[in-house]
Amino acid sequence: MISALKIEDLAIQRGERVLFRNFSLEIAAGEAVALIGANGAGKTSLLRAVAGFLRPIAGSLTFIGADGPLPADDARRAVCHMVGHQDGLKPGRRAREELIFQARWTGGDEPAALAAAARLGITRLLDLEVRVLSAGQRRRLALARIIASPRALWLLDEPLAPLDAASRALVGTLMTEHLDGGGMILAAVHDPLPIAVRTVEIVG
Amino acid sequence: MTVLMVLIRRELSLAWARGGGALLAVGFFVAAAVMLPLSLGPAPARLAAVSAGVTWVVLSLASLLSLDRMFERDFDDGALDLLALGPLPLEVVAAVKCLAQWTVSGAPLSIAAPVVAVALGARPEAAPMIFVAAALGGLAFAFLGGTGAALALASRRGGVLIAVIVLPLLTPPVIFGGAAISNFADRLPWITAVSLLAAYALACVALTPFAMAGACRNAQS
Amino acid sequence: MFSALANPARFMAFSRWAAPILALVAAGLIGAGLWLGLNAPPDYQQGDTVKIMFIHVPAAWVAMMAFACLGGASFISLVFRHALADAAARAVAPLGAAFTGVALVTGSLWGRPMWGAWWVWGDARLVSVLVLFLLFLGYLALRASIDDEAKGARAAEILALVGLVNLPIIHYSVQWWNTLHQGESVMRAGGSALAPVYLTPLLLAGAGYSAAFGALWLARIRSEVWRRRATSLALRAALA
Repeated sequence: MISALKIEDLAIQRGERVLFRNFSLEIAAGEAVALIGANGAGKTSLLRAVAGFLRPIAGSLTFIGADGPLPADDARRAVCHMVGHQDGLKPGRRAREELIFQARWTGGDEPAALAAAARLGITRLLDLEVRVLSAGQRRRLALARIIASPRALWLLDEPLAPLDAASRALVGTLMTEHLDGGGMILAAVHDPLPIAVRTVEIVG
Repeated sequence: MTVLMVLIRRELSLAWARGGGALLAVGFFVAAAVMLPLSLGPAPARLAAVSAGVTWVVLSLASLLSLDRMFERDFDDGALDLLALGPLPLEVVAAVKCLAQWTVSGAPLSIAAPVVAVALGARPEAAPMIFVAAALGGLAFAFLGGTGAALALASRRGGVLIAVIVLPLLTPPVIFGGAAISNFADRLPWITAVSLLAAYALACVALTPFAMAGACRNAQS
Repeated sequence: MFSALANPARFMAFSRWAAPILALVAAGLIGAGLWLGLNAPPDYQQGDTVKIMFIHVPAAWVAMMAFACLGGASFISLVFRHALADAAARAVAPLGAAFTGVALVTGSLWGRPMWGAWWVWGDARLVSVLVLFLLFLGYLALRASIDDEAKGARAAEILALVGLVNLPIIHYSVQWWNTLHQGESVMRAGGSALAPVYLTPLLLAGAGYSAAFGALWLARIRSEVWRRRATSLALRAALA
């Protein structure tokens, strides 16, 4: 469990281009931050840097636990959930297999996975192959994974994009519950999130 | 069930589903081996002389077949990100992927290899050694092949590129395995060759996961 | 020396003089080696064809050395993330492939009069050089097929290190394979007891080839550095 994420003077470069410099942000337990910015400003890159996929050219990322800073790589494995543009689901496998694997892999178990599927209203879809699901249904399946295995930091990239109005409201409820339990959310968005959040703009 | 078992089960089931699994590799192997008598003519003496060697070469080619999908699918659909954020290091994930690859293609191939070699005219006495060499060599092929597949991830070119990268690296296991088979068949000392093959395969198992994990992280960045 | 040269500006200042000087040294050494070598008496078995050795053997040496340089530069680039080391790795690969190609072609030309065939599998060293050539090709193919320069560099570095670890094993496995399959009677070209009349020009040519390799490498690194500067200038101009 972590109590805060601290980003200091971060700079990220993609190819020859520096996306942004001197980006600082601190997220405390129970807090949600919505990242906004023009296309190509580096919202996705920032999320991927927090998750450890991109190496920043300057600055630091610190995961702070109860007893001070944690080793970043261990912390990521224990506390980060990431839902990106791709949902990480195999088209040829059944939704149930995929959900249970993903939940277990990130520290949950089968009953929790099924309960999460029920919360997101996809129980009836579980016996279908992923390839027949719509984009919105896949996204709900991916979100069921992060409900099933509790991890403190949700890194979400346009989480609502494929969802309908009812699902968006539901995701808002789930986010509120996550924050009430001491979780943190860092989400890159164009549409506003259905909950009260701090908004931070990335400027190149 | 531990998280490692969860991963192994997933990788096995994915490897099995990947391009027809064992059927594809064995099918290619047998079909390619059939080309030999068709191109050399049916004379048994001539076939027998080259049967073991040809079996061994075609085997190494067959084990390259389904490599391009090993990491590419997980990379394309975002599952590689999920795997990287799991409790086990990416090195372990890569090793499990290679073991799964070996289980669905290397193991069936090592059963098919003696049958094909004997059908081509190798002496039946050589069959056990062909099986052992194919199983051990298949391990090296899977791990070196996985390294090529992971390196080719960033290129989006797959197939042929992997073969061009990997084939020169296969020189030692091809030599050791070929020597083991021919020495065993000729009743010459074969222990050295098999030991070298086993040592090489184990070294691949121990070392290449680091290269694969590095290559995956590079592609993800 | 490495840490001093790691600074690109200092490297450019150094290589500006070092490359032409090395080239002159190379020309002198190779000239002397070939002059002595071509004027050496014909071998009692091989006749005048023995003189191909002075072109072939140093090329094979330098080819091996080039792969070691590729591995070393890749290691430095991978561990210390140094841009100049990556430029050095990128610059040395085609050079190594070229020297390997020279070794293969001259080896084949030498084989024709010696063995009566353009290619004989009985020569372990030549087979090793062939595999080395394939390793270089794989490296170049991987590098060429990745559009993103940084990712291509990283992937190529990993491959170079895998190849570097494998290279000695490949070399010894090929030699071992060769001893297993004795039967073809192959003359061991340039055995251990090489007469001084051959050894001196061979060593001279070897030193000359190495200097030529160094000069070409430095020149190629320089052009790679210039290419990168041009790319980033063009990008800056486009964004301004």
